[in-house]
Amino acid sequence: MSAFFVALRKELLEQRRTSRLLVAIVVLVAFGLLSPLTAKFMPEIFKLLPQGEQIARIIPPPTEQDAVAQYIKNTDQFGILLALLMAMGAVAVEKDKGTAALTLVKPMPRSAFILAKFVALGLTFVVSIALAGVAAYYYTLILFGPLPLLPWLALNGLLLLHVLVFVALTLLGSTLFKSQALAGGLAFAGLIVLSLLGSLPGVEQYSPDRLLLWGAGLMGAGGSAQWVALGTSVALIVVSLLAACLAFRAQEL
Amino acid sequence: MEAIRTDGLQKRFGKVRALDGLTLTVEQGTVFGFLGPNGAGKTTTIRVLTGLARASGGQAWVAGIKVGIGRKELARKIGYLPEEPPVYPWMTPPEFLNHVAATFGLSASDRRARTRELLELVGLTDVSKRRIGGFSRGMRQRLGIAQALVNRPQVLFLDEPVSALDPAGRKEVLDLIVGLRGQCTVFMSTHILADVERVCDSVGIISQGKLVTEARQDELLARYAVPAFELVGDNGSADDVRQWAATLCRLPWVSSVAVDGTSVRVVVSDLQAAKRSLLPSALQAGLILQRYEIVHPSLEDIFLRLVGDGGER
Repeated sequence: MSAFFVALRKELLEQRRTSRLLVAIVVLVAFGLLSPLTAKFMPEIFKLLPQGEQIARIIPPPTEQDAVAQYIKNTDQFGILLALLMAMGAVAVEKDKGTAALTLVKPMPRSAFILAKFVALGLTFVVSIALAGVAAYYYTLILFGPLPLLPWLALNGLLLLHVLVFVALTLLGSTLFKSQALAGGLAFAGLIVLSLLGSLPGVEQYSPDRLLLWGAGLMGAGGSAQWVALGTSVALIVVSLLAACLAFRAQEL
Repeated sequence: MEAIRTDGLQKRFGKVRALDGLTLTVEQGTVFGFLGPNGAGKTTTIRVLTGLARASGGQAWVAGIKVGIGRKELARKIGYLPEEPPVYPWMTPPEFLNHVAATFGLSASDRRARTRELLELVGLTDVSKRRIGGFSRGMRQRLGIAQALVNRPQVLFLDEPVSALDPAGRKEVLDLIVGLRGQCTVFMSTHILADVERVCDSVGIISQGKLVTEARQDELLARYAVPAFELVGDNGSADDVRQWAATLCRLPWVSSVAVDGTSVRVVVSDLQAAKRSLLPSALQAGLILQRYEIVHPSLEDIFLRLVGDGGER
């Protein structure tokens, strides 16, 4: 078994034993279920508010597009939040507690140590977003009718890629610093910079946020393919991981 | 043959010189006690020798391999136990040892066999189904030693392996270390002198990043041997003992006298003269003695002489 798979097996066991996998699944599936429900019953929810009757009257009847929009917003927000929380301690805690030193004093390449963490977190999000996608699809089917299947799969793929950008960025922060807070801070700063990038005219097409626009477009909200944003996202992941591996190779433990 | 050799090893943290030209040699198959007060550079030496930290200057070889960060060939030949054994609390001991064995590329059947063997060696077979998170400090330490032995290392680095253990845990771990004599070279850092006296063949004393002395333990004791006598007076004789001790300082064959309650330690320059005169002198002074003996210097005496209060270099 190669060193990478040894490290990956440990990471996957850790995801399971420390209930991180379960938490990610529960949170994202819950929002997958709630998204079509919220869209469907939004007018009813408004009616419960003071003067809500008037607001409910001017809201157009909910459609599956509203369910999809809710799903994109919820899955992305909570996916990113989970990415930050789960990845910020991934390397920093191991450095701080000394388990990194104990592992890396053995013939375990440092790049395998980092990449295994990314792949394990990536698999956690693959499973969680897949289950959230199934849950959201099922409830949308019951409440509104069927969604186009292939575009739905593509949308979930784009959501996953968007979340993975923040997994990679947070992992880089976790590698550079010994403190979880600093690692999370770096990822949060990245989140703000990328959001600003999305609103700056001329460079907005580079923002990974555009992947969400593309996904919504695939589901019928209009808009074109965002290949540049796809390229930027993949490049951000690759560069973050490369930087993490190089920085970690030079670090004393 | 040498298991470890360092040549002018240096490690600086800003302006602080943690290692200041450390040169030492450890023979193969010995249990080497690396002694020094807190902050002397013991852990830094181990971190450099295991490839976890980079030397600022000088060179070092372990098992014939030049040390450096990320050296796979070095990693295959060493075992390492840090002061506080870090473990994954959500694993069971067999899972932990199996994971460590897998990093060395052992096959599944070899991993199972080695795990069983090591759990037996460190006495953790009965708790093999429990999560490590619930283990006592002593159990973690024993598991830490087991993980350091997975690859049958040529050189085993133990950083303060017993300093935080209770007497029973300390005895267990020291017995384990004694059992390793001849199987591999053990480089053990500690500040507990009694443990070094008990298990180590050779000793190196480090202070302020420099090696103060290095020798086999018996050679060291012989080198610094000073003839000394210890007398213990009867209970309640502290005043008489003190008065008598004061008279000893004037004698030409007495080098120094130290009084502690009813106990007197007399270091002499002429052993024969002391043998003839010391006991009669005490009896003449009317002391009733509980104990009278010629004492040999302990490692603690030597350590304090070399390191304590600036030491003699």
